[in-house]
Amino acid sequence: MKGYLKYIIGAIIILILVYFILLSPLPILIYPELPHISLLRRAIGIFIMAGLFCLIRISRGPTASDRIVAVDMLGILIVGLCAVLTIVTGRNWYLDIGIAWALQSFISTLALSKFLEGKHFDD
Amino acid sequence: MTEIIGKIFIFIGLFFDFVGCLGLVRFPDVYNRLQASTKCVTFGTCSILLGTFLILGIQPAGIKALLCMFFLLLTAPAGAHAIARGSQKAKVKLWEKSVCNHYLKEQETV
Repeated sequence: MKGYLKYIIGAIIILILVYFILLSPLPILIYPELPHISLLRRAIGIFIMAGLFCLIRISRGPTASDRIVAVDMLGILIVGLCAVLTIVTGRNWYLDIGIAWALQSFISTLALSKFLEGKHFDD
Repeated sequence: MTEIIGKIFIFIGLFFDFVGCLGLVRFPDVYNRLQASTKCVTFGTCSILLGTFLILGIQPAGIKALLCMFFLLLTAPAGAHAIARGSQKAKVKLWEKSVCNHYLKEQETV
């Protein structure tokens, strides 16, 4: 019975978190008058859930390459978040952050996979 | 009209991002996770950037979105291939129900 109680408490906590992420008016507090507010709310909810999945895989991945895959996926997700923020807030410099983040996460992925082969960084 | 088409592209991209990260949690092996998440997340983010271009129109920010999509299409498969090659060289084991391993077969014949 104690095992079931643990799972039920975890499910209730996750449901409360999902409710506050998807339905709470958090973006309205940050930017008061926005044209595309429903788009931003759904997009931020989905991006936060996907990022939580990546963080779960980083925390319990059995080998190092699992963690490298999850970090790469987080980098690509942030590029998409920058694009959505560009539409919603109307500030164009978020896309510059996206371009720089894509190139830099590619370089870090190459370096980490080269390190995974057993070589060092200067080979 | 182009704004509605752009929003449709953005929601298709969000769905593919979510499904890719779900596959990152649920699949049993490094190679399965790589195969599931890399393709889905790359396609989803490229679709989001295409929707951004359609909404913003032809102006410097829209061209930047197309440029970002080009960079992402160029770099993400190369990074995934590098991770797969590195984990194969580091001798990460396959899942026990995996069917074939062509890389190991080629190494044995050579």
